[in-house]
Amino acid sequence: MALQSLDIAKRSATSTESPQARKTPQVAKLIDVSQCIGCKACQVACMQWNDLRDEVGNCAGTYDNPRDLTDQSWTVMRYAEVETERGLEWLIRKDGCMHCEDPGCLKACPSPGAIVKYSNGIVDFHQENCIGCGYCVTGCPFNVPRISKKDSKAYKCTLCSDRVAVGLEPACVKVCPTGCISFGTKEDMHERAEERVAELKERGFTNAGLYDPAGVGGTHVMYVLHHADKPGLYSGLPADPAISPTVSLWKGITKPLAMAGIAAAALGGLFHYVMKGPNDVSKEIEAEVDKELEGEK
Amino acid sequence: MIRDPSDLQRYTASERANHWVVGICFILLGLSGLALFHPALFPITYLFGGGTWTRILHPFIGVVMMLFFVVMFFRFQHLNRMTDTDWQWVRRAKEMVNGDDHNMPIQGKYNGGQKLLFWFLGLAMVVLFASGIVIWRAYFSAYFGIGTIRLAALLHAGFATLMIIAIIVHVYAAIWVRGTIRAMLYGTVTRAWAKQHHRAWYRQMTGK
Repeated sequence: MALQSLDIAKRSATSTESPQARKTPQVAKLIDVSQCIGCKACQVACMQWNDLRDEVGNCAGTYDNPRDLTDQSWTVMRYAEVETERGLEWLIRKDGCMHCEDPGCLKACPSPGAIVKYSNGIVDFHQENCIGCGYCVTGCPFNVPRISKKDSKAYKCTLCSDRVAVGLEPACVKVCPTGCISFGTKEDMHERAEERVAELKERGFTNAGLYDPAGVGGTHVMYVLHHADKPGLYSGLPADPAISPTVSLWKGITKPLAMAGIAAAALGGLFHYVMKGPNDVSKEIEAEVDKELEGEK
Repeated sequence: MIRDPSDLQRYTASERANHWVVGICFILLGLSGLALFHPALFPITYLFGGGTWTRILHPFIGVVMMLFFVVMFFRFQHLNRMTDTDWQWVRRAKEMVNGDDHNMPIQGKYNGGQKLLFWFLGLAMVVLFASGIVIWRAYFSAYFGIGTIRLAALLHAGFATLMIIAIIVHVYAAIWVRGTIRAMLYGTVTRAWAKQHHRAWYRQMTGK
């Protein structure tokens, strides 16, 4: 929904600048995967705050429930059992929108104002402008947006933009019992992550690090990972996410090139007509044909 | 409708109707597609009842166009085989464009340019239809990988642009060569028109 208290910094399908006079601090959510106990309180809080109720699914032999993000489940815990040099490890990651600084969904969206990025960095979908084409799914490097089967609108985590706008932290942050999720300015979250990474390194996780991928300009949801060298271990977290070159081509140079080509063809026709004149049947041939017809009679 | 009894029949009523169904679909698809392609043209969606309706209608119009295009394709494909004379015509098309068609090779029902356009449109329709299915989120996208969907979106935009340019050339050629549009409106052309632009076809039709 549109929130007047949050300034919009970027707007889908809009080629002119957004208002930029007011400066707001960048916010971020930091998820310290090493402290997560997989209790799913964040999933429950997300459902409760956002009035979402997913359908009851089936157990597929893992703790993943629901098994994937849906239009009703904007965050899900993903449980991975992986063998590392430390033996069997149970890596649990809270999945959901990463709130990219350079959002692929926003780039791909054809409907003006259906996707916005607030000046604080939160990427939000405004469903009243969504036309249901699914281009956001095509553009997203993290496979996050989901199209509702009921209303054909796209949904994903809002980073509780409605709560943040009035000075509250996101619902998942509020409820996390281990303090694994924290929220604040991006700067503060970077500091907190540094401290935590140093602690983990001390405890023998030599590859511990912060996940704030530069390929999408950084994200406003960041992870502290014990194995930051192998993000793929955490249920397929992409190592180096970026907007696909195909999407950049489709939404970049193709647009002005196509417009120029079409305009050139139309104007070329007009000026050709004006400068060369129409291609009429010649008087000679008309006379020839008349003669031939005379001959028939 | 009989105009001049000596006029030559170029298209039957059924061929004309077929062409116009395809043509109307093309205009609707071009407008709705451009509306979803470039933000500056998004207001065109109002012609279709808004953004959501444009998104819903576009692919269905595409299916109708494909069905009628296939029929038209098989009706005309035997008349569009490229010959040596056609390639000669294409090589000298510049003279024609400059307004001097006196030395152009003699052409049958279609000239080399028209034939190349025909085959290009056939190719474009195949690519647009296939890529359109892949990016039809409501019914088909779930069956394809994300890489395929991204490529399909790019191909769809690219080939649609080329096809729009090709159709602008097609329509302009019909306007520029006076006496052509009536062939697609009521089916006939004058004998003089046929003799000047498609002499081999003229001879075949009149025996002269």
